[in-house]
Amino acid sequence: MATYFLRKVLYAIPSLLGISFIIFAILSLAPGDPLAEFGANPEVPAEVRENIKKSLGLDQPWPVRYVKWLGTLSQGEFGFSFAARRPVTDLLSQRLPQTLMVVGVAYIIALLIAIPVGVLSAARPNSAASHIVSLITMVGISLPTFLTGLILILVFSVELGILPMIYDTNIKLDSLDGWGKQIKQSLMPIAVLALFNAGAMTRFVRSAMLENLPADYVRTARAKGLSEWSVIIKHALRNSLIPVVTLIAINLPGVFTGAIITEQIFRVNGIGELLVTSVQKSDTPVVMAIVFIYAVLVVASQLVADVVYGVLDPRIKFA
Amino acid sequence: MTAAAKTPVAARPAASSVKIRTQSEEAWRRFRRHTTAMIGLIVLVFLVAAVMLGPLIYTASPLKSNFAVANAPMFGKFIFGTDDLGRDMLARIFFGGRISIAVGLFAMAVSIIIGTLVGAFAGFAGGWTDFILSRFTDLFQSLPAVPVLLLVTYLFRDEAKKILGRELGIFFLIVGVIGALTWMTTARLVRGSFLSLKSREFVEAAHALGVSRLGIMFRHILPNALGPIIVAATLNVGGAIITESVLSFLGVGFEADWPTWGSLVFSYKDYIGINNQAVLLPAFGIFITVLAVNYMGEGLRDAFDPRRGR
Repeated sequence: MATYFLRKVLYAIPSLLGISFIIFAILSLAPGDPLAEFGANPEVPAEVRENIKKSLGLDQPWPVRYVKWLGTLSQGEFGFSFAARRPVTDLLSQRLPQTLMVVGVAYIIALLIAIPVGVLSAARPNSAASHIVSLITMVGISLPTFLTGLILILVFSVELGILPMIYDTNIKLDSLDGWGKQIKQSLMPIAVLALFNAGAMTRFVRSAMLENLPADYVRTARAKGLSEWSVIIKHALRNSLIPVVTLIAINLPGVFTGAIITEQIFRVNGIGELLVTSVQKSDTPVVMAIVFIYAVLVVASQLVADVVYGVLDPRIKFA
Repeated sequence: MTAAAKTPVAARPAASSVKIRTQSEEAWRRFRRHTTAMIGLIVLVFLVAAVMLGPLIYTASPLKSNFAVANAPMFGKFIFGTDDLGRDMLARIFFGGRISIAVGLFAMAVSIIIGTLVGAFAGFAGGWTDFILSRFTDLFQSLPAVPVLLLVTYLFRDEAKKILGRELGIFFLIVGVIGALTWMTTARLVRGSFLSLKSREFVEAAHALGVSRLGIMFRHILPNALGPIIVAATLNVGGAIITESVLSFLGVGFEADWPTWGSLVFSYKDYIGINNQAVLLPAFGIFITVLAVNYMGEGLRDAFDPRRGR
């Protein structure tokens, strides 16, 4: 088990190196100058511009800068933001909590909806309720998140006026009132993400259950006289969860990138919003850090999926 | 699809009373019985026809503004009302739909071509070629798609505009980048089909007849592997339309005077509560198209996969 895990981690390192190299290359080879705003300003003399370039390390060729970036990374740092003139880690630690809160809660809600609904609709695949579930989940995965967000804003902010349209980042969480406001303004971003993910997850659960229910071992369990409930939950669901857990882990990064849109709609100041503004400001160190974090998420969730698969399915040998 | 049938049908014994169907006829028969998939197909044909032929009948300009009629409501003088500058919304929806659907189709083509080539060579050649191509596929699979898309379209848009012109530059940049970041699923599917098909008798027969390797790959194996490719292609069209709208929503899509459904939603999003139809109609266009595409994909998957017999 330990060696299996270790080998998977060792496989993950070259792919992270590869991804970070590709992104660094894209950022460095792109036309356009991160110092364009200085360049356009005739007040800035040429030697000052050169000095700025030098102080930011931009006078060196990009492969050298990539190696230096890796060096900084190995110390747990991402360098300095060009625009904010502060360490990138500072910016990230301000932004990450919002994203993690919205994404985490949304994912848990989605799971809490998906598992029971998926199981029940698979247990009676030809019932009217099951058809309605497949209709709703199909609509759920086809609805772009910005449309759900805009409809929620229209209903709850514009028409009913009960939820704030724009996320207020200055709420202090030291009183009950502050917490109330925070929860209120988080409802819509969470709902948008949760609805979208619940649709996809319910479909996973349902199709995994549908594959297992006709299996011989399920018939054996029924023949033994077990109650329908225990056949479905203890036998079929346990086996169905293996692919579901894998898919849930693999989809996690998609939820984070989906959150970029949600943050954009509701003006949540998470890392997605930071990425969009940093891209527009050509703030390369911040962009590099955030894209790298997303890449780590992708690779780590593939790793988790592999390991969990191994733990859940005893047929997988940790050789 | 005609070539798909050659070998398997010839191998079947021809019973005189049973009508022999080719693989594609069989798939079409199963697809037709899939009610929701057929509805999806009909809706999609209707939408494409509407955005293509609509402007020929409804000749209002999508770009001409007229402040006197700004934010006109729906079903008045204008069927879908007007936007904040008094531009006709129906004409804009037609215009945006053409571009959104074109982006979906072209991006799908790019991703299917790359995916099929990578998957075919990996599955057919095996060995080191397979190893390298598969690691390459894994690497792309691990790239966080939306951030990379955002980055590349933002960084290279000026260059693309310089080379191909203002509209075409953005169009091909977006189509190319979406295609280049979404081919991996197709590659995996095609690799799998090629791996299992390359040891079949009809491939051996082609070898014996002296057909070249490329000929075997693309004329003999590929037609038999089309099922999953068609399913992936269908779903990719919907995915690409959503991705384009996401790029527009993040402000790196088409220019404002070249509207797509996505960029229309983006440019009107602050008018929610003031001019709802301007925001919601293009968004519904995306939603209906993607829903139809997803239902079609589901039907096609069932139609091409005999194990999912219904």
